[in-house]
Amino acid sequence: MVDPVNFFTTRFPLTLGHIEELLGIALAQGGDYADLYFEYNVVNNLSLEEQIIKSAGRSTTQGVGVRVIAGERTGYAYCDAIEREAIRKAAATAAHIAAQPREIGPVAIEQKKVESDLYRVEQVVGQQPLEDRIGLLHQLDATARRYDPRIREVQASLTDEYKIVLIANSHGMLIGDVQPLARMRAMCIADDDGNLQSGVSGGGGRYGLDFFNPERIRGYADEAARQAIVQLEAREAPAGSMEVVLGPGWPGILLHEAVGHGLEADFNRKGTSAFSGLIGQRVASDLCTVVDEGTIPNRRGSLNIDDEGHRTTRTVLIEKGILRGYLQDQLSSRLTGAAPTGNGRRESYRHIPMPRMTNTYMLGGESSPEEIIRSVRRGLYAVQFGGGQVDITNGKFVFSASEAYLIEDGRITAPVKGATLIGSGPQSLTRVTAVGNDLSLDEGVGTCGKDGQSVPVGVGMPTIKLAEMTVGGTQ
Amino acid sequence: MNQPLSLDLLAEIAKMAVSHGATDAEVVGLVASEFSVEVRLGEIEKVREANTQGIGLRVLHAGRQASCSTSETSRDALETLVTTAVEMARLTSVDEAALLPSGEDLATDHTAIDWLATVDPQIEALPTPTKIEMARLAEQAARESDPRIVNSEGASCSTINSQTLLVTTAGFAGSYEGTTISLVTAPIARDGDQMQVGYWGDRRRRLSDLDTPVAIGNEAARRALRKLGARQVSTQSVPIVFEASATEDLLESIFEVVSGSAIFRRASFLVGRLGEMVASPLLTIIDDGRLPGALGTRPFDAEGLPTRRTTVIEEGRLCSYLLNTYTARKLRLASTGNAVRGLTGAPAVGTGNFYLQPGTTPPAEIIRSVRNGFYVTEMIGFGFNPVTGDYSRGASGWWISEGQLAFPVEEVTIAGNLSEMLRGVEVVGNDLHFRGRIAAPTIKVDRMMVSGN
Repeated sequence: MVDPVNFFTTRFPLTLGHIEELLGIALAQGGDYADLYFEYNVVNNLSLEEQIIKSAGRSTTQGVGVRVIAGERTGYAYCDAIEREAIRKAAATAAHIAAQPREIGPVAIEQKKVESDLYRVEQVVGQQPLEDRIGLLHQLDATARRYDPRIREVQASLTDEYKIVLIANSHGMLIGDVQPLARMRAMCIADDDGNLQSGVSGGGGRYGLDFFNPERIRGYADEAARQAIVQLEAREAPAGSMEVVLGPGWPGILLHEAVGHGLEADFNRKGTSAFSGLIGQRVASDLCTVVDEGTIPNRRGSLNIDDEGHRTTRTVLIEKGILRGYLQDQLSSRLTGAAPTGNGRRESYRHIPMPRMTNTYMLGGESSPEEIIRSVRRGLYAVQFGGGQVDITNGKFVFSASEAYLIEDGRITAPVKGATLIGSGPQSLTRVTAVGNDLSLDEGVGTCGKDGQSVPVGVGMPTIKLAEMTVGGTQ
Repeated sequence: MNQPLSLDLLAEIAKMAVSHGATDAEVVGLVASEFSVEVRLGEIEKVREANTQGIGLRVLHAGRQASCSTSETSRDALETLVTTAVEMARLTSVDEAALLPSGEDLATDHTAIDWLATVDPQIEALPTPTKIEMARLAEQAARESDPRIVNSEGASCSTINSQTLLVTTAGFAGSYEGTTISLVTAPIARDGDQMQVGYWGDRRRRLSDLDTPVAIGNEAARRALRKLGARQVSTQSVPIVFEASATEDLLESIFEVVSGSAIFRRASFLVGRLGEMVASPLLTIIDDGRLPGALGTRPFDAEGLPTRRTTVIEEGRLCSYLLNTYTARKLRLASTGNAVRGLTGAPAVGTGNFYLQPGTTPPAEIIRSVRNGFYVTEMIGFGFNPVTGDYSRGASGWWISEGQLAFPVEEVTIAGNLSEMLRGVEVVGNDLHFRGRIAAPTIKVDRMMVSGN
């Protein structure tokens, strides 16, 4: 197991004394708070297409981000070189966000150990022999092609990263973490006499190569192939407002878009979110309890510590329909006096942290998925989704179904083409009239974008029914 | 010790790759200095500043390919970069299309390209207090334009000065610099319980081309205010007018289906349609990598080929796909000089300045021509399938009734099929403005399904 402090101080010309001195330089213009984020990240990509391994690659990025906070202001600078002089320049640049120069010496830091161990990985994916990883993609390709002769093309990829971080702040904390992450993706194109359709699947998390066992790979291959074949029969999707049943797992992207972003503390502190000022008020039916939990072992959105060094937690966002809390980063929690929730995240050392989700999901309810379907006379049953997006200020959000079926008289009938679903964040969940007992988390492929920064996240949900939602089909 | 990037250093890396056994090597370097300031409610909120650099290396080894990159440029790191890439390339598959471009096709005119005007010394020299002031003024103009503007997500001013270097064993060595300045603001309007944000901004290579902070602020406020009172409409099939910024959004989907990456994978409904009428005769779509002073302008592409002007669709007829060397070889065509790349991975296909040629009708006249329809000003979501053309997006804008903008609309979707939408374009506006790499005027499409309550 790599020790982050040891890693950065032996690999680079850097000592703990330098870090203490650099924090002092960052505060020398009068800042209230400063932190240094050291990152070393190795990302590997491997991809198969047309039955051959078309590319392999590795990118190594490393650097240091220096942040200085003065009141509500943030100064940020970063450098790619992990050595004293380059970081000193960045610290001096970031320091200028404050304007009251003062004499300040080194800031004493004390090393803290991470308290949790959510993703100990033996076989770091990118450190295993390339031949082995190549073999897995060929296996996926062969399995998908066996699914149906109409599967004409298969794309498969394996991406992993191995990130070592070290965070030092002017409160005297020094803490590090090692964050492995891996994802396999499968895409199939089915061709039935010129009718072309596609299907996508995959999975992963903070796991080693052993996670991608033959059973999982077969699962990804079959699922992507199955979706493509189902789409061959799809008819036009319906248009208009109707009852909608969402399947378990990845459709939890509904929560991510409808409420998750709107509950990030930065928007609420500034009063720019449709959820601003609604704490304690009803924003969902009493069947709905939604949490953000960064502490689930090995999940894609989990972290031992967030990117500001705080331990991650489980935060209840909505409890039986009542809005309970926001997702906090260091700045928002300090400015609003709220307890930190460990949601300060950033894409890399080049980016300023902000409040972000980790794994966001709805707790399971009482209904069986079968009885939920049976209760719908005419509606849409959506089980797979592509991406989503939200306008934080007016609360309108969309998410696009890639696999959906009509429900007619309590039975699932014809598959329909992809369609975008649109709703209003503060209202949508008030229309949840049934929550299934089949909570499941997604397969581990989600990436969330905000303000130009991407971070890995997870979602989850049981089967749920919404009494009304607008479905963007053509019929 | 990190070494400064130069064509000599890149050439040395290429040579090192060959001496380690690579058949060919392509080395790209990127050096950039970035600055951004965000102002909110008149106060500085964030200042971010950095100088950064990195190197990407693609090696070919007897038909096998691998790509590696590093942000560390010490001797040791570069040695590791080369050995890792060559090692990986031994294990990938032989791919007959994975080759560097032929020597005779490489750009030769890239050293005398001052007329492309990718650099503005005024941006490089712009003092920090001026950038802060520009952001402040843009936000202030928005906030002062109407009492219903009650809040703000702030304003930001960012600049980037970058240098791109490329050396390949096909015989290319070249570099160019580029500057970018952007200024955006997002005021929030409130009326009763409803809040609406209006984003507006401008992004340019030259400071003198940039809209004034006051113009940007006023337009952002107008866009927030006009959304107040928005509501759903009932589900119906009607003519759609896309405001210029919404047509730009549509053009991004059009790029996806003419990109060689989708074509060779047969993942586009335009596969095998070269020479056919695929759109209304009113549509002419061009990609121009050499428009002077434009954001998508550069003297050579990511493989060292000269950039150029390519007519993609001419009066409705599909004339050309956009291609890099790899996708061109897969399709037995010639590259159109559209290779793009970051530091990681092999070159992809990207746009130069990709635009829809303007027509002659003013936007107001287009709106007047609609009896009952939807004027789309914003779209959200990712509901587009390039394989089938199926299109379904969240939309907001104004309802058009008897040729007049009647009331604002939100929380609806518009759906159709891009292939049919292209053929259904009935009018093209005269309002083409470049605010990014992709530009388009207002258009009217005969009919789409609007889904609401």
